[in-house]
Amino acid sequence: MKTIEEIFNLLKEKFGDAIIELVSNRPVESFIVIAPLEIDKVCLFLRDNEELSFDNLMILSGVDDANGKNVPDEDGGTKIEGGTVSVYYHLESTKFRNKIALKVSALRENPEVNSVESVWRHADWHEREAYDMIGIKFLNHPDLRRILMPYDWEAGYPLRKDYKNPEFYQGMKVPY
Amino acid sequence: MALKTEQMVLNMGPQHPSTHGVLRLELELEGEIITKVTPHIGYLHRCFEKHTEAMTYPQVIPYTDRMDYLASMYNEFGYAVAVERLLGIQVPERVDFIRVIMGEFQRIASHLVAIGTYGLDIGAFTPFLYCFRDRERILSLFEMTCGARLLYNYIWVGGLSHDLHPDFVRSAKEFVTYFRPKIKELNDLLTNNKIFIDRTANIGILPKETAINYGISGPNLRASGFKWDLRKDDPYSIYNKFDFDIPVGQGSMGTVGDCWDRYYVRILEMEESLKIIEQALEILPEGDVTSAIPKRIKPPVGQVYSRVENPRGELGYFIISNGQVNPFRIKVRGPSFVHLGVMNELCKGHMVADIIAILGSIDIVLGEVDR
Repeated sequence: MKTIEEIFNLLKEKFGDAIIELVSNRPVESFIVIAPLEIDKVCLFLRDNEELSFDNLMILSGVDDANGKNVPDEDGGTKIEGGTVSVYYHLESTKFRNKIALKVSALRENPEVNSVESVWRHADWHEREAYDMIGIKFLNHPDLRRILMPYDWEAGYPLRKDYKNPEFYQGMKVPY
Repeated sequence: MALKTEQMVLNMGPQHPSTHGVLRLELELEGEIITKVTPHIGYLHRCFEKHTEAMTYPQVIPYTDRMDYLASMYNEFGYAVAVERLLGIQVPERVDFIRVIMGEFQRIASHLVAIGTYGLDIGAFTPFLYCFRDRERILSLFEMTCGARLLYNYIWVGGLSHDLHPDFVRSAKEFVTYFRPKIKELNDLLTNNKIFIDRTANIGILPKETAINYGISGPNLRASGFKWDLRKDDPYSIYNKFDFDIPVGQGSMGTVGDCWDRYYVRILEMEESLKIIEQALEILPEGDVTSAIPKRIKPPVGQVYSRVENPRGELGYFIISNGQVNPFRIKVRGPSFVHLGVMNELCKGHMVADIIAILGSIDIVLGEVDR
């Protein structure tokens, strides 16, 4: 069973600059930060390498980091400008009983991350959820539609920290 | 002359009695044969995850109850374990024992609903009533413990809301003795029923590799022949103290990983749960169940992904804390949400009537799919 440091060094050797850093000073869980447009290649390597064999994607979660600037918007509230949104990947190897966490961050204005749907089919719906809730665009995803919200929802992405409930949805009053 | 067939799109749901909630399936048919299934979900969406961002950590617990409303105890259990890991606290031994007892009772209750409604879906009405009769007794045990029958708010971070009723251990033991022969009765009624086997064997086969790639877990994964149970393979709480087996699908009526296997694994699991409950009741230690509850929960900056073996599969909570009293982000990996994603794979090539059998066998709860 390889530790996260060993995996980090292995990835660094193979992918160079695409592997950004290893965050291990947090309590409970450490994670490796990876470039958003290389994540699918890294994941494929992690799955297919015989010494790692991360065959199970446990969870994929989109997060709004809300680390931009708060600026006033048109209606007297505030909105967030700049900063990033992130996707966390928690992988597991059912063979070696090993677990690892990865993270990618993309600019909040137009977040684009490569899809890992082709590596684990499990990622399909989780990526759709992250798109629906946070607004992260997964490149090369075969069917990137909203999943929990209505398909014609126009008021933005609910789990963004500066999301505001709309007054009307398709002509119907929302806060009833 | 060959018959000319035309592709048809058929809508099933959202108000359909066998979809176990509000789920819409868009079926593409070639005659009676299904070529594609597209599930449309979100009819019960309450955005639980957004709510949690405005709550303190203990206030989230009642919300977790309302996700998988047939396994509320286990949702609380999973959440409590996750926050305790984030805080780095240990709970008293008695708390762990009571949690396991409640969790396993909940597993039996949840499986009884799964089995009963599964029979109902494919035309067997009687087992449903038998299952609900027995489930009722478990709900009464829960009622005795915390006053509620469905949504408990009983397992708290660091402890329990209050101790067991003085009569609980006796009643629980009584239930175990009562329930054991009922499993045999259920086998006679449904498991070995010729019509039931004809409807479920060799239908909706899920191979092991596909199951892992789709993130399938719990009874559905075990039915595919993979011995994987988080209670043993990634132990949490005190499950490593108990002696129990992990039943896997054998394909005894058809192929490994078919609907019948998924059904039968649940029957076997109920017996294993009884074993755990018996052992736990025997050595239930004394102690205070509220002593370790923190007065103020403010985890350090960090994150945790913690998972437990819910009756339906791997229930995971991903919690990010930024050092405040309310969580920065909670993401739930609900087993039902994940399992519904494999519907298209399972249904392809089967007949329309088999959709009911397949959907019932993966046992979803829409409250958790939509959260």
